[in-house]
Formats: sequence, structure tokens, C-alpha cells
Amino acid sequence: MDILRISDLRIGFTVHGLARDVVKGVSLRVPAGKTVALVGESGSGKSVISQAIMGLLPRAGAVTGGEILFRDPDQPGSSVDIAGLPAEGTEIRELRGGRIGMIFQEPMSSLSPVHTIGNQIEEALLLHRPMPKREARGLIEAMLKRVGFKDPHRAYGLYSFELSGGLRQRAMLAMALICQPALLIADEPTTALDVTIQAQVLDLMRDLQAEMGMAILLITHDLGVVANMADEVVVIYHGEILESGPVESIFRQPRHPYLKALLKASPHFDMADGERLVALREARPRAPVVRPVMTAAQRDAAPPLLSVRGLRKSYTTGARKFFGKGTLSTVKAVDDVSFDIRRGECLGLVGESGCGKTTVSKIIMRAVKPDTGTIRFDDGQAPVDVLALEGEDLRAFRPRVQMIFQDPVSSLSPRMTVMSILREPLVIHERSEGAEQTARVRSLMEDVGLDPRFLNRYPHSFSGGQRQRIGIARALALDPDLIICDEPVSALDVSVQAQILNLLKDLQAERGLTFLFISHNLAVVNYMADRIAVMANGRIVEIAPRHLLFTQPRHPYTKALLRSVPFADLDRKLDFKLAAPGGASDSTHWAAAFRQDPDGDALTHLPLGEGHFVLARPGADIREMA
Amino acid sequence: MLLQYIFKRILLMIPTLLVTSALIFTVINLPEGDYFETLAAEMQAQGEKADLSRIEFLKQEYGFDKPPVERYFRWVTGLLQGDMGYSFEYQRPVREIVGDRLLLTMMVSFVTIIFTWVVAFPIGIYSATHQYSWGDYGLTFLGLIGLAVPHFLLALVFMYAANIWFGTSIGGLVDPQYLNQPMSWAKFRSVLEHLWIPVIIIGAGGTAGMIRAVRANLLDELQKQYFVTARAKGLPPGKALRKYPLRMSLNFFVSDIGDILPSIVSGAEIVAIVLSLQTTGPLLIRALQAQDMYLAGSFLMFLSFLTVIGVLISDIALAILDPRIRLQGTATK
Repeated sequence: MDILRISDLRIGFTVHGLARDVVKGVSLRVPAGKTVALVGESGSGKSVISQAIMGLLPRAGAVTGGEILFRDPDQPGSSVDIAGLPAEGTEIRELRGGRIGMIFQEPMSSLSPVHTIGNQIEEALLLHRPMPKREARGLIEAMLKRVGFKDPHRAYGLYSFELSGGLRQRAMLAMALICQPALLIADEPTTALDVTIQAQVLDLMRDLQAEMGMAILLITHDLGVVANMADEVVVIYHGEILESGPVESIFRQPRHPYLKALLKASPHFDMADGERLVALREARPRAPVVRPVMTAAQRDAAPPLLSVRGLRKSYTTGARKFFGKGTLSTVKAVDDVSFDIRRGECLGLVGESGCGKTTVSKIIMRAVKPDTGTIRFDDGQAPVDVLALEGEDLRAFRPRVQMIFQDPVSSLSPRMTVMSILREPLVIHERSEGAEQTARVRSLMEDVGLDPRFLNRYPHSFSGGQRQRIGIARALALDPDLIICDEPVSALDVSVQAQILNLLKDLQAERGLTFLFISHNLAVVNYMADRIAVMANGRIVEIAPRHLLFTQPRHPYTKALLRSVPFADLDRKLDFKLAAPGGASDSTHWAAAFRQDPDGDALTHLPLGEGHFVLARPGADIREMA
Repeated sequence: MLLQYIFKRILLMIPTLLVTSALIFTVINLPEGDYFETLAAEMQAQGEKADLSRIEFLKQEYGFDKPPVERYFRWVTGLLQGDMGYSFEYQRPVREIVGDRLLLTMMVSFVTIIFTWVVAFPIGIYSATHQYSWGDYGLTFLGLIGLAVPHFLLALVFMYAANIWFGTSIGGLVDPQYLNQPMSWAKFRSVLEHLWIPVIIIGAGGTAGMIRAVRANLLDELQKQYFVTARAKGLPPGKALRKYPLRMSLNFFVSDIGDILPSIVSGAEIVAIVLSLQTTGPLLIRALQAQDMYLAGSFLMFLSFLTVIGVLISDIALAILDPRIRLQGTATK
């Protein structure tokens, strides 16, 4: 039996008096107790469909045709056409939260910060199942326990900002499921979470589904999540369904070229050296002009371009009390971080949010002052002590290291044309004059595959991928030696991601650039980096050449990370049960050899050969633990 | 936790008030000369013979021959003991002159604030929930007029209109027979009869500004994901609006309490002159003109005290209202 059957659904939006169809005749079904994944990129209309099911379309939007039939398994034989219900009537409100639950991408903003978790869940429960408060509290605490709160009694009175991202999403799940709905709509439920937490939340959703027997409509752009969760898959593109069917046939015999292309565009771990992602559309038509780069022997002989030693940075957080010390605590954001980046190399820096990777990049950029440590920058002519630079010397050094940011929207000023954005670095550093600068900007645009005629436009008229290319062009403007890429593709769709990654690779080959590539996505780092450093709790726990790290990971944290990545491959399903309960960075779950011995010596980086180091107790026999 | 926070805030008031008092004292003493020189000059100009010995005596009595720092400390210690000093102009203790007017000022201000909120809240909520509708545009237009028209002009228009149409004089806050009478039921009624006009006039600009603020704040909050979550639970729209976005936009109001007191008091002065209200405004302006040091200074000090108290109240209310401030110990504004 199908819980939900959508047929020929059309949804139109009116923006500035212009009517536009966003969903164009979509039909899909969600069978009882099954998971259906609705896959598509941003702007494909997948979230709008979920809003229509809940009757929560924005005011500018309206269902213009088709029907959304909901069949409640508790009332067999009857069905409701949600599309035909009045938007704020009692009928649709009975369904919302009562029979259809919903969770969202951002668990922080989805929960009210001024009401306790318990209060918000209780509201959902009492709305649909009136009962005495005492009884409700019991049910809620049982639910909180079920979704993984260790102390549900205490959790009831907590506020959302007191919880970690994973716990917030668990609280959202508890709220959506407290009335035992027949259908759960999950709109990108794990996109904002770290990969190990993602594995746990997905696991929890599967368990709860098995227990409560609800159907799940999973909306996502991540084919890896789809392969691990879905029974049926619906692929949507620009408001139209391209392909739908059981997960087996979709992944094993994709028929539509878009889906095939999408599968080829996602980086995965089994890529051969030098294998190139197939972007749906390359950034620029021309092949890279490969400059003769140094041979491997030359490269190893030359001094490293950047040499970081013993960086430490701690922050003080907590409330300062008027008298006494209060609850002040020191967080070591970066703790004894050392690494080298050789000229022409790409060093990947991997870790969960909050592990300190961005702080490291900020220290290298001289935006944050470390407590201790040294950074040496050596381009083969004159070595520079980066942290000692002041005044004019610092200004002269700045063009050598440039940065590409994560968010292509907020990293470009909306009030400047592309011309002024790209020209600004040249003006600041007084590189050439008027016409010459313009010529330089035009050639930069061509380098990143954008039409120089667009130079007079403002950033808002570009897509996310195009904006990121503008950001790349800006970083290239001053011919830097080192570019720090801080999550450059995590805000982009898969198809655009491949395009940007290929562009970065081409530019690296053409210009002999050196990259520090920061990302939480292991597959992306695997595609880009020559060597990879893994960070946890402010420390580099393992650093190794790419293939070694992926084939012979030694540190428990690295292993957990690798295990938690969902593959877009039905034959390599995630082993959900392996994920550590407190997240992989919780060092209490690591083997003793990797934990700080309270009485013994400090942890040290043990060499394993071929440039592979792992952080462990001195003298520990790591080889045996592999 | 909360008690400690309140205690901390009260302690912080002390340096704030000290700095304010020093500033007020300095500014009032900044112009050339003092009250007595102004007095002597005025008398001479009017052809009277100044009683120089009396002025000399007064100068000594009030320490005007002492250095300014000493006079400052005498003034502040007096204030602490509730002695607001002596008005040279009126030749009476400041407290006697100001007393009745202070009460009326506070009443006008308080009622104005209430009026502003009562009017601005529903209109702002309506505007936000019916964005870009005719109602929204109409109310926005009215609000903009309220913002644009100067208070004193509105006051004149009101006086004129009341005279023409009702044939009554609306000047003053109480009927003249109750002036300087102790408070009684009849006096109170007379005050109420007069109060509404200054309240509307003084409140007009503030109300309009507040409507815009409520609308903007609420519109922001209506976009937030948690509001969608609330509706996805099946909450009726009105209830969802009250519990979530409205509660969040309250933060803005509460933090505004501190700012609203001084602006209403200062905005009211010119209106008070036009309408000849028996509030403190005209008194203060006259005292400043005449360099009536103790009257002006003590009075300004009183206003600063009110402001600081307002900020304190708003901070405490914020901490009660918003657990993020209460539990994290850091203000987010």
C-alpha cells in the first residue's frame, strides 16, 4: 500500500509578478514502511515538493495542478488530497506533526533557542494527543532515551544551544516522531553534520523506521546517503522526474544520461592515480597547458615551500564570574601542529568541524596570532619567518599566500562588479596600471572559464559554481605560490563540484601552484591531495601520502572517518554499527596506545616509513595494532 | 546565577553614574561665569543696583569660591543623602520645585510608553503578517507621517483643532485650580482628562518608529526555520506566531526600554512648552539658560539615574526572557 501518492503535481511561484513553474508534473509514490529518496541538486524543486506535502508552501508559491494523496494506514480505505485542503485548516493541521513528521537540514535553526527541548516536544505531543502533562513527560523522556540521549530527564530541560549538532538532530527526530507519524519527511537531515555523526543519525533513522514502521521520504543531494538508505529512488531535475525505480535498478543500470553523469561526477575512493572526474560541463573548453614541473627527485631535494612547526592556539570560553574564576575553560583549538608542504604539492587537511583546521589556515594567513610555533616560507630564494613579519614586509608577503573560501555567496561583495572584485588585489598591491590591470583581469576570467564580457556584472547574477570561479580568479590575481582552499566545494552541487575540482587541478598543473586543501569530505581530498593530514581535537593524528592513508590507516580516528563515508555504491554499504557513540573524535574510545598517558611522556608522531606518521605513545608498537 | 547577574549589573551602575555626574557638572560649568555673575549682569542691565554683599555671601555659602573639584564632591555627597541642592533662581530647595513636576513627567512618560506599545504591537504584527498588502501599505504610510511630523507642530495642530472644534483649551496637564494642590481624586481625574493629548503627540513619532521596528523584526523571525518547524508540528498559525517569532522579537523591545526613557523625556520638552504642561521640561530649559547649577544638575542627574535604571530593567528582563543570555553569560544583541 502506498502511504503517499503524488500524481502530476505542479507548483508555481510568483516572483515580482512573474509566474514560474517550479515543479512540472511530478508523480511519485511512497510505499508504507519504505524509504524513498528524492534526489536532486539545489533548485531542482525537491524541497518545494516536501513543503507542498506539509501544506507549508511559501506565500509566493501555490499548487497549480495535480494531487497529493495521503492514505493513513490507521484509517484504511480513506484518503486525503492534501493539495486540495485549505492551507491553514484543521484537517491539514491534524496531519502535520500528527501523521506526517518532518525534520530539516539545520538542526540549530530548526529548534527555538528560547524554549527547552522538552517544551517543544511536549507541544507537538499534546497538540495531537491530549493527555496529562505528567504522562506526556514520561512518553517524551522515553522518546529522548530512544533517540540516544543518555540522561533524558536532564535533556528535557536543556536548550538547543547547549547541545551538539548531532544531539540537536536527534532532538528534532524525537519531536517529529513523538506522535508516531505514518510518514517522516527528512529534508537533507544529515547534510550539516560531520560524517561520523551522519552515520549515527542515519542509523538511528533506520532503526526507528524498523520499530515504528513509518515510511520515510528522504530528500537529499548525496548519492552516498541514497545508496545506503533508500528502497526506491526518484531523481528530479529542474522540476521534472527523470528517472525513478527501486534502488537496485537505479544504481546498477542508470538509464538517464543525467544520472549517469552525476554518478561519474562524484569523487570516490577507488579512483586510479591521474583519473579525472567527468564534470557535467567543464569550466573551460581548453586543455591545461602543463608547465614542466619539477621532477619528484628535484621536488624532494628542494626545501619545503611552507614549514609549520609546533603551532599552538588556545581560546578561553565560558562565563566569567564577577568573583572568582567562574566556569572559564581553555580550549586548545590548535595543539602542537607541525607539517611541511612541498612546492607544487597539494596537502589535504581533513577533520570534523571544530577540529582546528580552519584556525591553522587563519594562522598561516596571519589573521590569527598563535600562542607559540613557527612558520617558515621558502620559495627557494629567500626564506621568510612568516610569524615575525611586520608592516611593509608583511604587506609584501601577503600576495604569496592567497585563500579560496567555502561560501561563494558571502565571500564576494554584492556591491562590487566582478571587474572591481578581481582588480582590487592588483590595486592594493600596486601591480601595473589601468589598461594593463584590465587586461590581466580579462585573462584571469578566461583562465577560470568565464566570459570576460561578464566583468561588468555583479556577483548575484552568477550561479554558485560561477561565483566560486570568480573567487578562484581573485586568489590567482597576484600569482601566489600557495593557495589555501578552505572547503572550496562543500557548498556546491555534485555536478559543479567536479567542475571546480578539475579546474583547480588544471590550474595547479599550469601554474605550478601549491595547495593546502582543507575539507571534511574524504573523497574530495582523496581526489585532490598528494599527502593528507588528519586532524582531531586540534592535533594532527595521522599524516601520510594519499594512497597509504586510504589503504593502511593506523589511527582509530582515521579508520572511523574512512568507515563512515557513505559510498554511492550498493556493494559497499556502510557498516553503521561501527560508528563510535560519542563521535569518532572522542578519544576515550581510542585504543590506549593513542591516548595520552596521564603519567607517561607526551604523545609523539611515530614514523611508519614512506612519510607516514601517526600520533601515539612513544614506543607503542603500532604495526601490531593495524 | 540570575541574582549574581543582577548584583553585577547594579555594581556596574555606580561607575556609570559617577562618570555621568562628572560630565554634567563639567558641562554646566563650562560657560563663562556662574549664576551669580549672570544675576548681577541681568540686574545691572535692568538698571537695578546689585546687592553685591548678598551675592558674595551666597557665593561663599555654596562654595563658589572653592575649586570646582571640591564643589563637585559637595554636590555629589549631597545627592547621595537625598539633598538635591538649592535653586538660586527660585530661592527654594530643588526638591520642592521639582517634586510635583517629576511625578507628572514620570506619569506622562510612562503612559506614553504604554501607549506606544499598545498601539505599535498589534499594528506591527499585522503589517508583518500581511506584508505588501493594502493594509500594510496604508499603516506604513500613516506611520511615516507620524515619524515625519515634528512633535511641536503636531502639538500646535492639536491645540488649534481642539479650540476650533471643542472650544476647549487643552494646554496644561491639570486644571489650574489643582495646580500646586496635593494629589487628590479630583486632581487625578483632571490629570487623566488632560493626559491623552500630550501622550498622543509625544507618542506619535515613537509609535511610528516602533511599528517599523516590530514589522522588520517580526519579518526576520518569520523567515526562520523554527517557525516552519512549529507549523510542521501542526500548530495553528496564530499560536505558532505568538509562541515563537513574537517571543523572539520581544528581545528587541526589552532592550529598547533603556533607550526609550530618555528619548521620550527629551522629546517631550518642546511639546511641554508649547502645551504649557507642568512637567519638568520647561523648568530644565529655564534652569540651564540661567545656569541655575543645582537645579539643572540635580535634575539631569535624576534623569540619568532613570535611564540607567531603565537599562538595568531591560537587561534583567532580557536575561529572564532569553536563556542564551542567562546561560551563556554573554550578551547577544
